[in-house]
Amino acid sequence: MLTFTIRRLLISIPTLLFISLVIFLLLNLAPNDPMAQVPLTVPPEVKEKMREALGLGQPIYIQFAKWLMQFFWIEPQVLIDHIFGTTFSEGDLRVISWQTRSPVMDIVIQRIPQTLWVVGMSYVVGILIALPIGIYSAYRHYSVFDQAGTFVTMIGYSIPPFFTGPLVIVIFAVQLGWLPSTYDTLHQVIDWDTFVVQLKQMILPVMVLALQTTAQISRYMRASMLDNLNQDYVRTARAKGLSEWTVVMVHVLRNSMIPVVTVIALNLPAIFGGAIITEQIFKVNGIGQQLIGAIYANDLPTVQTLTFMFAFLIVFFNLIADILYGLLDPRIRYD
Amino acid sequence: MTNTAEPLPQQPARSKWRDVWDQFKKHKGALVGGIIFFTIVMLVMVGPFVWPFEANEVNIRLRNQGPSWTHPFGTDQLGRDTFARMIAGGRTSITVGIAAMALSLTLGTLIGVAAGYYRRLDGVLMRFTDLFLSLPILPVLLVMMLLFREPLSEAYGPESGMFVLIVVSIGITSWMPTARIVRGDVMALKEREFVLAARSIGTTDRKIIMRHILPNVLSPILVSATLGIANAIITESALSFLGLGFPPDFPTWGRLLNDAVNYLQLYPERVLWPGLAISLTVLSINYLGDGLRDAMDPRIRGR
Repeated sequence: MLTFTIRRLLISIPTLLFISLVIFLLLNLAPNDPMAQVPLTVPPEVKEKMREALGLGQPIYIQFAKWLMQFFWIEPQVLIDHIFGTTFSEGDLRVISWQTRSPVMDIVIQRIPQTLWVVGMSYVVGILIALPIGIYSAYRHYSVFDQAGTFVTMIGYSIPPFFTGPLVIVIFAVQLGWLPSTYDTLHQVIDWDTFVVQLKQMILPVMVLALQTTAQISRYMRASMLDNLNQDYVRTARAKGLSEWTVVMVHVLRNSMIPVVTVIALNLPAIFGGAIITEQIFKVNGIGQQLIGAIYANDLPTVQTLTFMFAFLIVFFNLIADILYGLLDPRIRYD
Repeated sequence: MTNTAEPLPQQPARSKWRDVWDQFKKHKGALVGGIIFFTIVMLVMVGPFVWPFEANEVNIRLRNQGPSWTHPFGTDQLGRDTFARMIAGGRTSITVGIAAMALSLTLGTLIGVAAGYYRRLDGVLMRFTDLFLSLPILPVLLVMMLLFREPLSEAYGPESGMFVLIVVSIGITSWMPTARIVRGDVMALKEREFVLAARSIGTTDRKIIMRHILPNVLSPILVSATLGIANAIITESALSFLGLGFPPDFPTWGRLLNDAVNYLQLYPERVLWPGLAISLTVLSINYLGDGLRDAMDPRIRGR
């Protein structure tokens, strides 16, 4: 298992390098001029200087190497400095945003908590709803509950977040006036009342994101339970005289969770991607909104960093899912 | 009901597609989904020729009207008929969906067949597929929109340039599942006796693939085709919703939804039409795909 983990880790390094190369080339070879916004009154030789200051004069492979260096060597040092108060990264050039002229990672660090709160909470809520639905619809296969569950998951698959978002705003914020339509990130929780406000403003975005999670996970849970319910060991357990609860919730559930857990790990990065739209609708200033803002403002270093971070998440959670599979299922020990 | 008194089976042998259709009819959701999808497609294709209003016909005196007999969905802030805009938007959205699906299906089938049939290519092509699967799709799509929007608009005009860009970028970021499914099926088929028989009489690889392999992987391809349309429609709408799709005066369902969100406080009902249209289309396609999958699967069909 350890050798498998190490081998799997080593494979993900070239994958990440290749993805960073693709993103880098996509951004740098595209016909796009970062100086396009500079006023026409600026003389060409000054423009050339500005271009060099942004590191654009050099050949493409040097730019790529420098970017890799900045991203994988200098930025972790900054993080270590930040945590332990050391000075490894002093005087090194960091990835600078063209929009704010400050390091990209600083802004990312400021914005990640909001995304994590909303996305993480919605994922937890979604899973907590999905698992019982999946278990019960498999147990009562083809019952009314199962049919209804299938219909609801189909709807969850089919209605995109950019419709459910405005829809819940219309219903709960505009018509009923129960909940705020935007997410106020400056809000601080200090006592019970502010906690209630925080809770209220989180309900709508979490609801929208959780609907999609629920649809997917409950589908997998149901299929996996159905596979296991017909197995021989279930009959054996019933024949031994175990209670129905023990049979389903202990024997079947534990075996059915193996694929579901990996699916939960695999889907997490996709939720981050989907959160881009939800953040835009509810004005959550997380990293998704930062990406959109950077795209509108033509801020290539920020776009590059964020896109790469999303890719990193996908590769990382693929790795986690593969390892989890081996850990949870003794039949699939890789070595 | 067949007449049991008949001594001999008089019917001709049933074709596979007849069986598929019979099984498909049993899946009520799929049947309803198919009918709804067909109706929507007909509506947006025929609509512009029948409906009296143009999508971009501005009538500022009649702006912001509610539903009435002349304007069943009301009018927008410039007095344009919302129903006409919905039809025009649906036309774009569904065309984009079908075109992007066709592209991604072609790519996926090509790569899947090549990887499954030629062992030499398998490793390389599957690593390539894995790499594409690890790309964050929505961010990458947004980046592609940012980078290639202007050059393509200059080359082909703002509307067809965007069309090409959206179709190509959705196509090349969504072929991976098809490729994987096709590869698996081709690998299994390749070892079957009929392929061996074909090879033993000297059939070339190209002919084996065209005559023996492709017809047999048609059913997973068809299923992923339906799901591909749904996926492409959602992606295009998401891009338009984020304001990075078609130009503002060119209606698509996502664009109309985006416009409606700006008037959410004043006219909340405007969000409903494009949102419902997208959801209904995608829902019906998903049910259609579900039924097709069941109908195409010979293990389920016998029951």
